Amino acid sequence: MLAIYKRELKSYFYTPLGYVFVAFFMLVAGWIFSQENLMRADGELRRLFVNLILIMVVLIPILTMRLMAEEKNTKTDQLLLTSPISVVSIVVGKILSAFTVLFITLVVSLIFPFIISKYTEPAWGEIFGMYIGFFLMGISFISIGVFISSLTENQVISATITFVILFALYIVYSVSAYIKDPAFEVVLKYISIATRFNDFSKGIINIESVVYYLSIVVLFGFLTVNQIEKRRWTK
Amino acid sequence: MIEIKNLTKCYGPKKAVDNISFTVEKGEIVGFLGPNGAGKSTTMNVITGYISLNGGSVSVNGFDIEKNPKECKKQIGYLPEHPPLYMDMTVLEYLEFVYELKGVKENKRKHIDSVLNLVKIENVKNRVIKNLSKGYKQRVGIAQALIGNPPILILDEPTVGLDPNQIIEIRNVIRELGKDRTVILSSHILAEISTICEKIIIINEGKLMAVGTKDELSSTLSKQNKLDIRVVGDKKEIEFVLKGVEGVKEVELISQREKDSFDFSVIPETDVDIRKEVFYALSKNNMPIIMEKSSLLTLEEVFIELTKEGAKPVINQKGGNK
Repeated sequence: MLAIYKRELKSYFYTPLGYVFVAFFMLVAGWIFSQENLMRADGELRRLFVNLILIMVVLIPILTMRLMAEEKNTKTDQLLLTSPISVVSIVVGKILSAFTVLFITLVVSLIFPFIISKYTEPAWGEIFGMYIGFFLMGISFISIGVFISSLTENQVISATITFVILFALYIVYSVSAYIKDPAFEVVLKYISIATRFNDFSKGIINIESVVYYLSIVVLFGFLTVNQIEKRRWTK
Repeated sequence: MIEIKNLTKCYGPKKAVDNISFTVEKGEIVGFLGPNGAGKSTTMNVITGYISLNGGSVSVNGFDIEKNPKECKKQIGYLPEHPPLYMDMTVLEYLEFVYELKGVKENKRKHIDSVLNLVKIENVKNRVIKNLSKGYKQRVGIAQALIGNPPILILDEPTVGLDPNQIIEIRNVIRELGKDRTVILSSHILAEISTICEKIIIINEGKLMAVGTKDELSSTLSKQNKLDIRVVGDKKEIEFVLKGVEGVKEVELISQREKDSFDFSVIPETDVDIRKEVFYALSKNNMPIIMEKSSLLTLEEVFIELTKEGAKPVINQKGGNK
């Protein structure tokens, strides 16, 4: 597992992919930050993070597209699957490497609260909650992306489908406003990954939401393992 | 030791490998021969645990591939048809990754150095794999299989796409490796198999056609010890003399190729060597033999014989279905 994790992480930063991810995130975040916070002299980071959810919907597919698809395409999966390691450790190693890139990005983005702290005392509790929530949401996006990547050999298809799914999950709550059926609305609210983030952005760490995100990670991790095992049978 | 029993693998309704059984003993170099699409790669992929099997069993040094895949995979170094290389890594980085992936216990530096040395790629160890020539890529692929010193090596068409010099070099590497390891090697190049391998397994359309050494295969397939001779003399008289030799079952005139002589095909009773008797009988009657050849098939002929449509498997008792 460690070998896979290390290789994937290296690969993110040997190729432009990792830098593109961090740089693009910071570019957009910096722009939103300057508009929402610096221009308005506002010390609240909430709007920044809520806007960044959409950026994640765009960027996470780029982060996850190659993780499984590339191995299949270049046939290097043959090395991994004939080595004395389990499929679970392959998947966990890969997912963790993407988590790490996200983590690094978020560490870099700590510059925003740092800038605010120069002018005013930021609401650290709120910021802490927001970071936790954002990371949890990010890893649930990643695990969906990794699963999609395991379904195809083509990275472009992998990225596109992941984007479509994440985008659907993102807009699903706004769609629910047009639906009169209250039961359906509850369901939509439930599958809306993005609205879960609202509590965190207020600085509330809701255990239910933590469990929700983590179970998405486990579920899609499990599905990915299954997909790879299944391929042994259909190939 | 690899034991394969009644192995079957289907792709949908098509049986890619159909009820194959064979055993590979420790220390053997075994050649896996078959035309394209015969099921060679599929069989190798099943043995190495890359794909599953639909029936039968594969056991490697006593470990079952489905029940105990981890131990089984530790025994095998595998070079697939398409070497599984990460193009953006250097050779050294790649081998270090494989070393960690396989969880090798030996001293890292020493072990990797010895592998680099064995396949002679030390001079390119710091180059990025995608910039290497095909021959070197293939060697890196073999190096990868050698990491962890597995007792069994499975090489799927290791020389395909290489130039003649590279082919000879890779063959030498394989021969070197085969000294203290079990090697299974697939190819559709007959010369390759016959120069490197002690034992040959021929498969066609997923079915096991023959198992045995080169000589065993050609003698079982050739009809007994048929003898082709060219004798100087009268047609009728020669035939009469030949028919009188003890152990001769049938005499057949083939043609007249040279002046004053005739070519005959002499078929003896099963498993009787009639060469001496034929010689003495003819010389007593003043009929010189000017050419003689036993009509054993070459490996090429064996292969063609066994892979043509509707061919019946000839499974040698020694290595075949037990």
